[in-house]
Amino acid sequence: MFWYIVRRILQGIPVFFGSTLIIFAMVFAMPGNPVLRMFGERTPNPAQVAALEAMYHLDQPFFVRYFLYLGDVVQGNLGYTFAGQSVNEILARTFPTTLRLALLAVIIQLGIGVTVGLISGLRKGSVFDGTALVISLLLISMPVFVLGFVMQWFFGIQLGIFRPTVGAGAPWADLILPAIVLAALNMAYVIRLTRASVLETAQQDFVRMAYGKGLTRRRVIPVHILRNSLIPVTTNLAADFGILIVGATVTEGIFNVPGVGNELFKAINRHDTPEIVSIVTILVIVYVLVNLFIDLLYGVLDPRIRYVK
Amino acid sequence: MSALPLLEVKDLEVAFKTADGIVSAVRGVSFDVYPGETLAIVGESGSGKSTTAHAIIDLLPGSGTVTGGQVLFGGRDLTKLRSTEMEDIRGRLIGLVPQDPMQSLNPVWSIGFQVEEAIRANGVATGKREVRKQALKVLKEAGLEDADRRLKQFPHQFSGGMRQRVLISIGLSAHPQLLIADEPTSALDVTVQRRILDHLESLTESSGTAVIFITHDLGLAAERAENLVVMHRGKIVESGPALDILQDPQHPYTQRLVAAAPSLASKRIQAAVKADKPLETAEVGGEGAGFDLATVAERTAASAGESTPVIEFREATKVFKIRTGGLTSVAFTAVDHASFQVAKGSTLALVGESGSGKSTAAKMLLGLESITSGSILVNGQDVSTMNRRDLLALRRQMQPVFQDPYGSLDPLHNIGNTIAEPLRVHHAGDVASRKARVLEVLDQVALPQSVLTRYPSELSGGQRQRVAIARALALKPEIVVLDEAVSALDVLVQAQVLNLLAELQAELSLTYLFITHDLAVVRVIADYVCVMEKGRIVEQSTVDEVFANPREDYTRELLDAIPGAHIRLGT
Amino acid sequence: MSSKNPVRRAPRYVAEVDEGGLGAVDAVRVSERKSNLWLDAWRDLRSRWLFWVTSVLILFIIFVALFPGVFTNEPPNDNCQLSVSNAGPSPGHPLGFTKLGCDIFSRIVHGTGTSLSVGIIVTVMVAVMGIVLGAFAGYFGGWLDSFLMRIGDIFFAIPYILAAVVIMSMFLHDRNIWVISLAIGFFSWPATARILRSEVLRVKQLDYVMASEAIGLTKLRTMFTHVMPNSLAPVIVISTVGLAGAIVAEATLSFLGVGLPNNLFMSWGNDISAAQTSLRTAPQTLIYPSIALSLTVLAFILLGELVRDALDPRTRASR
Repeated sequence: MFWYIVRRILQGIPVFFGSTLIIFAMVFAMPGNPVLRMFGERTPNPAQVAALEAMYHLDQPFFVRYFLYLGDVVQGNLGYTFAGQSVNEILARTFPTTLRLALLAVIIQLGIGVTVGLISGLRKGSVFDGTALVISLLLISMPVFVLGFVMQWFFGIQLGIFRPTVGAGAPWADLILPAIVLAALNMAYVIRLTRASVLETAQQDFVRMAYGKGLTRRRVIPVHILRNSLIPVTTNLAADFGILIVGATVTEGIFNVPGVGNELFKAINRHDTPEIVSIVTILVIVYVLVNLFIDLLYGVLDPRIRYVK
Repeated sequence: MSALPLLEVKDLEVAFKTADGIVSAVRGVSFDVYPGETLAIVGESGSGKSTTAHAIIDLLPGSGTVTGGQVLFGGRDLTKLRSTEMEDIRGRLIGLVPQDPMQSLNPVWSIGFQVEEAIRANGVATGKREVRKQALKVLKEAGLEDADRRLKQFPHQFSGGMRQRVLISIGLSAHPQLLIADEPTSALDVTVQRRILDHLESLTESSGTAVIFITHDLGLAAERAENLVVMHRGKIVESGPALDILQDPQHPYTQRLVAAAPSLASKRIQAAVKADKPLETAEVGGEGAGFDLATVAERTAASAGESTPVIEFREATKVFKIRTGGLTSVAFTAVDHASFQVAKGSTLALVGESGSGKSTAAKMLLGLESITSGSILVNGQDVSTMNRRDLLALRRQMQPVFQDPYGSLDPLHNIGNTIAEPLRVHHAGDVASRKARVLEVLDQVALPQSVLTRYPSELSGGQRQRVAIARALALKPEIVVLDEAVSALDVLVQAQVLNLLAELQAELSLTYLFITHDLAVVRVIADYVCVMEKGRIVEQSTVDEVFANPREDYTRELLDAIPGAHIRLGT
Repeated sequence: MSSKNPVRRAPRYVAEVDEGGLGAVDAVRVSERKSNLWLDAWRDLRSRWLFWVTSVLILFIIFVALFPGVFTNEPPNDNCQLSVSNAGPSPGHPLGFTKLGCDIFSRIVHGTGTSLSVGIIVTVMVAVMGIVLGAFAGYFGGWLDSFLMRIGDIFFAIPYILAAVVIMSMFLHDRNIWVISLAIGFFSWPATARILRSEVLRVKQLDYVMASEAIGLTKLRTMFTHVMPNSLAPVIVISTVGLAGAIVAEATLSFLGVGLPNNLFMSWGNDISAAQTSLRTAPQTLIYPSIALSLTVLAFILLGELVRDALDPRTRASR
């Protein structure tokens, strides 16, 4: 296990530098002064231009610039928005809310997704299975903002069960509806993946052997079928998390959740490119770390991976 | 001996639901098993032997269901039991040793967990310490050394033989009255197979456990069981005492099976140039049949001649670098200073168990693996120093046939294109002459022209191997390298392909390098044999010499391990 | 030899010989119809009504995209009147009007081309990049494989919509269909490359690949004639589903406000975004473009699922 962890961390290093470098390069790949470009149609105020040029170290060559910028990011110095707010402060204020939202979404996604997928797989061809397949297909086909609006309109406005937008302080109760919207797409994927995986595992020789040695169905299903089916679900969590990040931006925008995604949403609407770049960079770093964590989790779940020397 | 049978299978019918409707897999099978006896069910793939076994313990795969008949176990009809009652019987009263040791242990749980689970489920012991103690006991009984240490390890850290020992210990852990062993050793090397079966036999004998032994190998069945049931297309064709059946087969199918089984008693196939009967229509009744390997006259190896060797290995060595954990790598010598010669028109067999380096040697000859040191000469030319053009010319002379009948043909190319491919690659002739050549070789391997536009998935395993042979012959090569070319085939089909190979050799004076793990096959096809162990050639001589007077212990062990080696089959 | 005691001698039984006799060993029996992976898959698809429904829907969508004029004469942008802001249906305007008073039906019809073009451009781009990089990495292995796959890891580590957000933010003035397609496609190829690579790795170790090299084909020719055709099935599936994904991505970017400019391109995402403010008063402004978008996405996802099932012999057999 030790070597596995070491190797995964070592492999994460180039990914960390590579991905941040690419984001950085995209900003500077365009012709012209990138800082002026960031202002778009706005008339730049000389003080802002100077601040940005200092932040991006425009007087330095590209790679030096990148490492200086990265150093700033790692030290938690993320610069300022056009309006002069510190991005650090914004993130510090909004991150906890997003974390709570994401946590709720992951619980819904895995809890419902795995349960439904397992039952579907075990009862292939049943009414339950058919319904689960159709619903998951519909959820996959519905972009998150469409689902968000539909849910907001139906549950928030028509039925009035939930508040259509999140109130001050983002209480948990208000986060339920956005979390369902955020989780829906991934939940659909988890249902399908778990189902397929359960179907495949159930046909494996070791499952037949488990019955053959006298185990009951109640033991074989959790210990041998479900346990092994969770491995592909875990590996797919990384991709799920990417969807979650993008989904959070849209969902928080729609429900006005005071989170990071909403900040990004507003920054995009304001064309506040420096803020966009800072937030995206942070999100990519978080994504890389989460991926690393999921890889380690995968090692815990699958001894074949763990023990490869 | 008890007067009452332990298990009575009466008119058992099993069917599967498929896209093409209901297919019956077992049709009216009846047999008895008495306490303490071993019964073998023998048949080719698709004969219904495994399905019968799975039907007994209600573990039929997929859509399979018992559609008729009874399975009486201690007077109770197992087909009428509810699934919870069946759970009570499995493991505790009827144990199972499954077919494929590599797939039959759950990869995510430790060995200890999986053994203890069985012990606890069947109520053999309770309490953590008692269960652990019992697990160690059964593992040690199954011959797993240092079981204490290995309890915490995972299946992928075990070899196939050790996994099978674990499965045997699980199967016997609750002291069942009946053990179903479903081809328990077909995936293992012969010497491992022998040790494991010996062990299984002594265990079941001392505990008085009855055994149903499923196998495709007639020799193995006769060696391990008192009574035999021979199945063909879902029906029993013949049953009775094992030796009686082998020595005096009555049903035409059994006769055919006995005749086709290569054994030590067999002799080198002496192919008559131009067989009287085309292979396709050869209807085998018994004696003097088209491919009765046991009765063909001995061929004089002398005719192969002492002329210059076509293939010569000179101290050929292959070292692989295997990457270990960190940054280091370990050198692994797959082929270790191998030297041998193959004379024109003769067959040299390279024999060894898995990991002996025999396939690597073949790949070096074919130019698919580089040679680390030493040299390999083909018609006096060194393969390792060849440039691209010479290598291409060499490949015209030397064609391969590989093992896996399901993997050796591209599933998306039709048979005609597959056979014509070497002709196209080497720009041999024009379109018309290529087409003529394809028809010619197709005829040589006794396949009808109607398969030309067909795809590999429409053919059987043996037919695919015949296509692979046709492809190899298309360029009229001198040398054919056969890498386990008949290993995956059922015994009748194997005999047919071996016979075809012998005929072609006689007709076209081909030189064969024949790679195999099966010494019995060597006996019928080869003139010379090299025995490989861990990369080294430990013994080489003529086939007759090696079989009559093996000099090395390893060779002797291999010979002894051939199932049914000492049973004289029917004549 | 077995030495078990006591030995029971089972009664001898010999079955009657079947009327047809045993037949020849391994006789060739070819059925009426030819069969290989693609033929079987096609036969399977052909027999399913859902496939035909999906195909007709997709053909219809393509037709709408190519010939919007057949369906509506109403210009989507130029005839908007604030006097009919958020108004309901009226003759000639079956779905009513947007907040800016544009004809919803016309905007949906004209938006089809945008969605489809982005979907197709991204899919082709991703497939080409994924196939080339995945095939070379998988087939030639070694340092090339390590290098390409590390690059893939890096691109994979950036959620592609986030990357597209940054790219589109830098292109404030010159956004068009090609720019947005590039922004989406440039970061979504690693998934395709990984799938093709693992498929190539599987096919590569099959005997027919080794046989092909032993026959005398070069590595490159073996790759193109034997390895690639046998590895493409999963890529076709992921590309069909990916086309749907690209349409969603375009709509999402437009929704976020970094998509195609509202005044030059019809985009369903833009319209859905604009409908947000009229959610309570005029749900039709939201519902209809949402239905159009979801239906299009559903069509391609369904097609992908059907093709996946048809290409997998296991699921085929179990139906």
